Amino acid sequence: MGRFLLTRLGLAAITLLLLSVLVFVGTNLLPGDVARRKLGNTASQASVDQLNHQLGTDKPILVQYWNWISGLFHGDLGTSLSYRLPVSELIGPALTHSLKLAAFAFVMVVPLAILGGIVAALKRDKLTDRVITIGGLSLTVVPEFVTGIMLILVFGLWLDLFPVSANAPDGSNILTQLKYLFLPALTLVIVLFGYISRITRAGTIESLDADYTRTAVLKGLPRRTVIRRHVLRNSLLPTIAVIATQTGYLIGGLVVIETLFNYPGMGRLIFTAANAKDFPLLASSVLIVGIVFLIATLLADVAYSLLNPRIRYATAE
Amino acid sequence: MTTIDDQAAPIAIPIRPDETKAERNERLRLLARSPTFLLGSILVGVWIVCAILGNLIAPHDPVAPDILSKFEGPSGAHLFGTDKLGQDVLSRVIVGARSILVVAPLATILGTVLGTTIGLVTGYYRGFVDEATMRVVDAVLAIPLIITALLAVTAVGPSRKTLVLVIGFVFTPIIAKTVRAAVLGEAQLEYVQAARLRNERGPYVMFVEILPNVTGPIIVEFTVRLGYAIFTVATLAFLGFAADPTIPDWGQDISTHYQSINAGYWWPVLFPSLAIATLIVGINLIADAIAQLFER
Repeated sequence: MGRFLLTRLGLAAITLLLLSVLVFVGTNLLPGDVARRKLGNTASQASVDQLNHQLGTDKPILVQYWNWISGLFHGDLGTSLSYRLPVSELIGPALTHSLKLAAFAFVMVVPLAILGGIVAALKRDKLTDRVITIGGLSLTVVPEFVTGIMLILVFGLWLDLFPVSANAPDGSNILTQLKYLFLPALTLVIVLFGYISRITRAGTIESLDADYTRTAVLKGLPRRTVIRRHVLRNSLLPTIAVIATQTGYLIGGLVVIETLFNYPGMGRLIFTAANAKDFPLLASSVLIVGIVFLIATLLADVAYSLLNPRIRYATAE
Repeated sequence: MTTIDDQAAPIAIPIRPDETKAERNERLRLLARSPTFLLGSILVGVWIVCAILGNLIAPHDPVAPDILSKFEGPSGAHLFGTDKLGQDVLSRVIVGARSILVVAPLATILGTVLGTTIGLVTGYYRGFVDEATMRVVDAVLAIPLIITALLAVTAVGPSRKTLVLVIGFVFTPIIAKTVRAAVLGEAQLEYVQAARLRNERGPYVMFVEILPNVTGPIIVEFTVRLGYAIFTVATLAFLGFAADPTIPDWGQDISTHYQSINAGYWWPVLFPSLAIATLIVGINLIADAIAQLFER
């Protein structure tokens, strides 16, 4: 197990290093002249040079990369160009807001999707299965902003049940806050449902077809007991581990959902930074998103291998 | 004791004969009978017709503002109503199919060609190049697709060419991963070893021997990616990075009008949204039907 963990950590560290290079290339090399992109064509060369000097983007590329990376290790994420604040002060609250929204969505979607997947698997190839699978797939592939718009039209405008902005008035209690967060969270639920239920369905079908299930049926256990004790126990734990790898898609969806519902989370921060060509803010927030994703994947891998010794030994070889 | 003849014997026998024409026809027949495939084809077909004919079937000029008829609700004159500039929403929805149906397939083709090549090379040669490539793939995959695209489009500015290149490049590692996995399975098979023993060159083995046997996963991956490409193009347009802001575009039209929902103007937003949803669902229904066919 120790060796497995070390291999996984080592791979994650290499991936992280490459990730930082990619983000750096995207925010510092691709724009060419960072200050020129930021200030536009009409700005004078003197002000462009001054901003480049202030940002350190007039230095050699390797020096710039080193300055950025060593700053990150000291907790210095850079200074935002548009807010004129340290990036860390902006990312903190944004991350909290996004986590709140994501947690609310997860609490709703995980039980629903697992239930959907199990039902689909038990009714394999019947109408119920096709409806859940095809319906879930269709809902998953539609872009978040389209799903969100539909929800706003139906629940916000026509039925007038929920507020269309995600921001509850200051000092409102938790129930009011949840009410305001409901539509954005529901958008996430709809997007994630198809994916998670698909994994659950595959896992359940695999253990329904397994030899131990056949043995359990043949020794005369009632169907309910077989499903509860043999099928679900084997199919659910890996599913839960796989859900953790969904954080990446989750954050991608947040960019759009938070913009649509005007919610001040990580996604909207990245979008604002991209629009304002605020390259330091953009670089650090995208890197943070990548790190969150890598940590979640790592935890999922470890959890999965704890539950499934075969993976553990195969990698350690 | 093993003689040379014994070892050579299996080489002469074709272990994996190429798929016969009859098998291929059987597959196509099954596909044509699948209800998901039919529904998907109808949905996508309608939008392809709109993209090709465009202005010819649009009832009004999609880019003709009419200040006197702003935000008119759906009526006989304007079936889908008019937008905030008084432009006909139905015409904009019809003509808007073109921009997305040009950019997304081109990007997917680019990503599939590059990804297939990389997947073949890394899966066939293994070793250091393979390891290194897969780490880069993991790094790219650690950032959500839409954020990578956002990053690149912010850096170089949106245009048709940029969108095709950016989305194509982002898809490349994902497709490479799928192709690599398929190639790993094939490379163990005896027809590949036979070709190697015949002293065929690497590129010949990869592209002539292995490639025809991994077309299934590549076709499935292509259709799935096409759906994602449309997803990405539409989302980027909604976020303000349309390929060409001067021509009608579904995502862009939604982005310019969704603030007006609160005022009760739902039609300039609902109809482009339905257009995006039906096109993407259509493509994914086709992808699902094809995937099921190859799983058989």
